[in-house]
Amino acid sequence: MVMHIVDRRLNPGSKSLENRQRFLRRAKALVQGAVKKSSQDRDIKDVLEGGEVTIPLDGMDEPRFRREGGTRDMVLPGNKKFVEGDYLPRPSQSGGKGSGAGEGDSEDAFRFVLSRDEFVDLFLDDLELPDLAKRKLAETESEGIQRAGYSTSGSPANISISRTVSRALARRVALRRPRKDEIEALEAEIAECDDAARRRELMAQLEALVAKVKRIPYIDPIDIRYRRFETVPKPVAQAVMFCLMDVSGSMSEHMKDLAKRFYMLLYVFLKRRYKHVEIVFIRHTDRAEEVDEDTFFHGPASGGTLVSSALVAMNEIVRTRFRPADWNIYAAQASDGDNMTSDSGLTGQLLTTNILPVCQFFAYLEVGEAANYTFDMPDSSLWTLYERLRNEGAPLSMRKVSERGEIFPVFQDLFKRRSQQERVP
Amino acid sequence: MSSSGERLFEGADWDFQILQRIHDACEEIAHKELGLDVYPNQIEVITAEQMLDAYSSVGMPLFYKHWSFGKQFAFQEASYRKGLMGLAYEIVINSSPCISYLMEENTATMQTLVIAHAAFGHNHFFKNNYLFKQWTDADGILDYLEFAKGYIAACEDRHGSEAVERTLDAAHALMSHGVDRYPGKKMLDLRDEEKRAGQRRQHEESVFNDLWRTVPNVKTKTKASLTAERRRALLGLPQENILYFLEKTAPRLAPWQRELIRIVRHIAQYFYPQGQTKVMNEGTATYVHYRIMNRLHQQGRITDGNFLEFLQSHTNVVFQPEFDDRRFSGFNPYALGFAMMQDIERIVSAPEDEDREWFPDIAGKGDVEGVLREIWANYRDESFISQFLSPALIRRFRLFHLHDDPADSAGIRVDAIHDERGYRRVRRELARQYDVGFVDANIEVIDVDLDGDRRLMLRHTTVKDAQLNETDTRRVLQHLADLWSYDVVLTEVDGSDKVLKEYVVSPRVAAAAAA
Repeated sequence: MVMHIVDRRLNPGSKSLENRQRFLRRAKALVQGAVKKSSQDRDIKDVLEGGEVTIPLDGMDEPRFRREGGTRDMVLPGNKKFVEGDYLPRPSQSGGKGSGAGEGDSEDAFRFVLSRDEFVDLFLDDLELPDLAKRKLAETESEGIQRAGYSTSGSPANISISRTVSRALARRVALRRPRKDEIEALEAEIAECDDAARRRELMAQLEALVAKVKRIPYIDPIDIRYRRFETVPKPVAQAVMFCLMDVSGSMSEHMKDLAKRFYMLLYVFLKRRYKHVEIVFIRHTDRAEEVDEDTFFHGPASGGTLVSSALVAMNEIVRTRFRPADWNIYAAQASDGDNMTSDSGLTGQLLTTNILPVCQFFAYLEVGEAANYTFDMPDSSLWTLYERLRNEGAPLSMRKVSERGEIFPVFQDLFKRRSQQERVP
Repeated sequence: MSSSGERLFEGADWDFQILQRIHDACEEIAHKELGLDVYPNQIEVITAEQMLDAYSSVGMPLFYKHWSFGKQFAFQEASYRKGLMGLAYEIVINSSPCISYLMEENTATMQTLVIAHAAFGHNHFFKNNYLFKQWTDADGILDYLEFAKGYIAACEDRHGSEAVERTLDAAHALMSHGVDRYPGKKMLDLRDEEKRAGQRRQHEESVFNDLWRTVPNVKTKTKASLTAERRRALLGLPQENILYFLEKTAPRLAPWQRELIRIVRHIAQYFYPQGQTKVMNEGTATYVHYRIMNRLHQQGRITDGNFLEFLQSHTNVVFQPEFDDRRFSGFNPYALGFAMMQDIERIVSAPEDEDREWFPDIAGKGDVEGVLREIWANYRDESFISQFLSPALIRRFRLFHLHDDPADSAGIRVDAIHDERGYRRVRRELARQYDVGFVDANIEVIDVDLDGDRRLMLRHTTVKDAQLNETDTRRVLQHLADLWSYDVVLTEVDGSDKVLKEYVVSPRVAAAAAA
């Protein structure tokens, strides 16, 4: 009998992908809750990793008619000492064995693994970058070149040889241009021909053919085609994220940790949107410097507080390295709110004239001590300043945070998908 | 044997030529020695990932989309990744040609084992067992699945995936009560089925005339209400195939919803024999691979090393932990089935006095293969065990029967053990465990209140006082009510018609509106 062997290994895998997505869609609310819960006690570095989540089975189970209780009979293997009529004590309530528990009964939770993409998608679902299209349409785009068919005119460098030759061939066939071997055959016949009349006739034929060849060129200017290119606007696929942080003595480790968490979320979020994301860390006391990540979060520093110094530094870096036309610029500032009173004027001016116009988004995060309810305290000097600017219409977002658990809600609130009219408060 | 002595392969590696050689060698033994009659074979080599994919679509190569398969996949993938679960070496599909999936990781020995097991053992069983012959259409199944997949996808386009999902959810919940248990109707021809669905749609489209909608309703004559008996006869009641009943009589289902129910019902019916023949099916396949592998070894076509490798996995497959073992989770169908097949071989070829007394028809008959083929063709698990479980085997497994009556405060009683008095009782009880009549709850549609509020009445007749689990039952009934669109009542009665419990469930509004 004939037997067929089929190699299916190269078939596209993940046939179950769609079913899996349907399942995730259906369990979305549950999975999302689980994702948020599991990300809360995760290190921010690992937020991007996928991982195992557990969701309650409620609503995801598939009910069936199942029976339970009643008189049970079972036949088991491996009798060692029982004889007919013996009595065995019943196992304690929960540990009943025998008929296996049906699906959906014993498991009240369902564990499975999410891939990194699924995790991030669910994690950042319903969030979007604010004001992207509205403010900077011209600047967020650059020009790229794209093939766009063929044209009849263009520069010689762009001649498409294959297209030209094939058109020429078509034309030659259509106009019946005599082929080289036809002429050669005729010449050969003439050379061998003895009969004068016949020879004359052939000569006339040959002449006609040669004339025709001359009339119909091998390649005609109308055959020539040029590759056509078009410039298309291309969205800028790179973003830079400025992390500004006050590292003066008044900032505790706890506050820095809060700030770090916020930055990390912003990073994850931007990373999903842009191919390439750069981070610039600027820390400041009464003067600002650009540092690496480790120094940023852990390096010791002390001194007074001049917020404007950080803004000056950021402005300088933007000017020299990140042309606003080529980069999407995001900035997030974290501080405990202290600033020299005399600095307010300069800070406000720098912000409104230099920084905000080039930024896609500027967020100010005021961090406080864990036990300390910042909300009860009088507003800090920086908060007061920023609030005034905002009321004057500056596109700023600001929030206060004092607990780790508040970071994600605050972040989500800032980037929540909003209808057109709403503004980020 | 023509090519005996020539090695089929060396080492663990294999390629397609080797697979072909293995197949041919197995085929020779299967035909000449065992007299097997199989569908043409198609062997497909797949990766572990594809095996996982296949798991979550009940082993079928193509299946419609539904979230529950995704759930299963997520679950299995997680346990596979963690190493809690190994993958099967093979999956085999009851179709013609008979498709066996082989994992690429398997060694050449394993591929030989798998080909002998699936491509000949299971294949023969599928083709010859009466249940499969009666209930499944091996030629049509793949085309039908293809049709089902396409039809359901088309429904999703037309009616929205949510509405389709709701209908499928409901149908899945009732799947175990969507099979015909007794033959009587003509066998399904799945190709016809597919054609029929297409024709019906065409017919609907061709006779559709919007004018009819505008014709004023003729006043319906007030019919004298039918007698209860006549009504039940017209509706074909009582009916235990709930899905069939819904498909035919649910008042407010759209035609496409009926078709979806029909698809789920047909697929349930296709898998119905497999649930009833686990022990026999695996027993047959294991017996066949054991015979073939032994013969190959005897002929010198596989090396001693290969044979040892085979024996090791064979022993794992037919391992039966005892009841007090931590690994025990019920009977291993491979172990029980294989032991019984070997036992029958013993009875037929070298019976003892006891066997002659218990099995006068086959003891000492001599034709092992013939007797086995006869048994493979004509029994299912329940009848197979109740006929052929021998005292010798009961002693070997040291089987005993426990009777757990909650009313008996002394505990669980040992009712029978492997002795002269117990053999028959143990055998009867074990056979019962495999009786589908006992495995699924006995639930029937008994009546519809056509004159009143159209409520659908069902009855569950309990066996041995086992009642339905309340939470799950309410959920299933909810699905049922959504399809029926009116109230559904389920009454649980015991053997003497005493009512134990009554459920009343009303349809959800959303579902009624969707109809």
